[in-house]
Amino acid sequence: MSKIPRLSVRHLTKRFAALVANDDISLDVMPGELHCLLGENGAGKSTLSSCLYGLYQPDAGEIRVDGKTVQLRSPGEAIRAGIGMVHQHFVLVPGFTVVENVAVGTGSGWRLGRAEALSRIEAICSTYGISLNPHQFVGDLSVGEQQWVEIVKALYTGARLLILDEPTAVLTPEESRRLFAIVRRLTGEDLSIVLISHKMAEVMQSDQVSVLRKGRLVGTVVTSQVSRDQLTTMMVGRSVAAPTRAGDAKAHGETVLSVRGLTQLRDRRPVLDNASLDIAAGEIVGIAGVSGNGQDELFECLAGLAHPDGGKILLDGETLQAYSPATIAAKGVGYVPSDRFRDGLVADLDIGENLVLGQQWQARWRKGPFIDAAALDANARTAISAYSIAATGPSAPSRKLSGGNAQKVILAREFAKATRLLLCNQPTRGLDIGAIEFVHRQLLRKRDEGCAILLASEELDDLFALSRRIGVMFRGRILAVLDTKKATYDEIGSLMAGHRSEAAA
Amino acid sequence: MLDALFQAAVLTSVAAATIRISTPLLLASLGELVAERSGVYNMGLEGMMLMGAFTSYLAAYESGSLWLGVLAAGLTGALMALVFAVLVITLKIEQIVTGLAVNLLGAGLSTYWLRSAFAGDGKTPTIPFFADVPVPGLSNIPVLGPILFDQRMLTYIAFLMVPAVWLFLFRTRYGLIVRCAGDNPKALDVKGVRVAPVQYAAVVFGGLMAGLAGAFLSVGQAARFVPDMTNGRGWLAIIIVIAGLWRPYPILVAALVFSFLDALQLQIQGVGIAIPYQFMLMMPYVAAIVALMIRRSRASAPARLGVPYTRE
Repeated sequence: MSKIPRLSVRHLTKRFAALVANDDISLDVMPGELHCLLGENGAGKSTLSSCLYGLYQPDAGEIRVDGKTVQLRSPGEAIRAGIGMVHQHFVLVPGFTVVENVAVGTGSGWRLGRAEALSRIEAICSTYGISLNPHQFVGDLSVGEQQWVEIVKALYTGARLLILDEPTAVLTPEESRRLFAIVRRLTGEDLSIVLISHKMAEVMQSDQVSVLRKGRLVGTVVTSQVSRDQLTTMMVGRSVAAPTRAGDAKAHGETVLSVRGLTQLRDRRPVLDNASLDIAAGEIVGIAGVSGNGQDELFECLAGLAHPDGGKILLDGETLQAYSPATIAAKGVGYVPSDRFRDGLVADLDIGENLVLGQQWQARWRKGPFIDAAALDANARTAISAYSIAATGPSAPSRKLSGGNAQKVILAREFAKATRLLLCNQPTRGLDIGAIEFVHRQLLRKRDEGCAILLASEELDDLFALSRRIGVMFRGRILAVLDTKKATYDEIGSLMAGHRSEAAA
Repeated sequence: MLDALFQAAVLTSVAAATIRISTPLLLASLGELVAERSGVYNMGLEGMMLMGAFTSYLAAYESGSLWLGVLAAGLTGALMALVFAVLVITLKIEQIVTGLAVNLLGAGLSTYWLRSAFAGDGKTPTIPFFADVPVPGLSNIPVLGPILFDQRMLTYIAFLMVPAVWLFLFRTRYGLIVRCAGDNPKALDVKGVRVAPVQYAAVVFGGLMAGLAGAFLSVGQAARFVPDMTNGRGWLAIIIVIAGLWRPYPILVAALVFSFLDALQLQIQGVGIAIPYQFMLMMPYVAAIVALMIRRSRASAPARLGVPYTRE
């Protein structure tokens, strides 16, 4: 008790209408501490961090920084209190250089002070071992580098407490490792870090963990004194079985999808390069690969959203490429896109409407020329209970849904469509453990119904747990399709880096 | 007959006319540039120009001072922009529709005010207008002197605004904030900079410039006010911003190209070349459509242009 906590939250409560997002939360973060906020989506982590950054005003409770009570009515006041935040979705201007992104809105008067900003940024980078070219445009940086810019931005404003909101959601494993190296250098300099995460591997690296569930603080524990399983149980409220290799429930049947030499060009360079693949009924074929190696293009060609420049797609022996997405969907193909809010949902429509999106012209959703509101409503109620979507009802606007619940709406719609083939591009990206488990169960159920499934994931665990075979994509090519039972992580990892192994031959 | 067009004196006069005609376009489009860079589409430019033209005429007529007229125009434009800003920034009403409403207001109000201020035979009195101010020394340079340095004061101001706006946007702290508001307002918000005041300031500046552009039309060259005398120049200024890729110097080039076409058609009419004058009048507008077709990519537009900012 010798030190004063850097951050002290006392009985913080935040309500949104009837929903209590944060209920009487108290926690302390000491200087130099890496404190993890663990919880499922919707547990109240983001609300709490928004209160700490002045984006929301708590309804009750107190926030103290270095022992002094602070009123955080705006981000400006949070910054002055020494709090910095790295948002999950980066808040950067692609057309600005690193220096401009860091410096904008700081300082006073007319002078831009580019030179001073530059030297301060360079000092921050060298102190914490961050490598960045300050003159580069942020739009040209990799996602990992953009994360460094966000961190430098927060440090530049003099933050002594840094909130990192799911910082690794978009990072490669290598970038995550570098992030944690930097985080440790920061805590070594007595900065405090609040890390919001639901990835166990990261959580275990923290000093303390505060677990939130349904807006309440379940407890704060010293990380070294608990196990992963204990934390998971605290977070979910029950124990969760780790995904295991799901055996082939049924023998796989006839070939449903056959892709032959698929090629797509962009600016005369192939983004899909002679890719070939077969999927049988009742089979899940995984696609591994670092994102941006042609996975999105493959899925878009298969769903009819993009037209390949070469090659053939056969569904049940019938050539597909001349068809529109609607025609392809009508043939029993479901498509779960990787960016669920951009491509999967219309945020302004309600759940009931999103559930029939693309089929609204079908007779069962219509009453004469009008949408049959009762049919939509009944359909939505069924989906909400079948997929346990946490929402107030069929007319809840989709933009208010958490990532996991939004994904459930898309799954409900696409799974209903997919009688022959289901295309799932990154269906578990950004989801918490409970939701991932749910998606896995649904995929296996769909497989057992005899659907052919193409599943891309950046989590190799997912692919090993679910798929019978795994194809590895690199620079638009499918380098190899391996039998999951015989494949190893290392083998797939080296193929993902573009090294052809013997197994690929 | 075409020979008549290529005489040196004629070319000089076309060039000088180009510079003169570009004045209101340049003033209005530089103002619009700043507003759009902050993320707000001001489609009410035409109405603000028109009101500026009218109030500057009225103020100059009543006071006898042309510069008071210019001041009145600037204030009128700024005031209209302030109203517009309340509607689109604070109340978050659709920007394009609101802009159109401002245009209707400008057209209706200026005509109504004109009729009630000068009741009677419907003729409006003419007033003196700004004389050319030759720049000592520079105006004696052969060819270039009479083209560039024998213009009206507002023209000099308009051309000096090009580097001034460039300096502001790209070399000052506030300019960076304005650009950030247009590209990612949230990036300002999370730094503790409130977005709305930034956009208010940018929009009001745009209105002020539109008012000055209007003043040039009435007290700057026509010496009177005629209903709807802006004649689409506000719209042209908006197109110039797009054709100029939201950058001051390319905007200068675009403004000069449109003005040249206008100057040329005036000259062609003057020398009596047998092309129907309607075709000539059309030229700047055809060029505008062509420019929009070429610039159909919005890659250089501010990313959040026209989207009101709301914190989630």
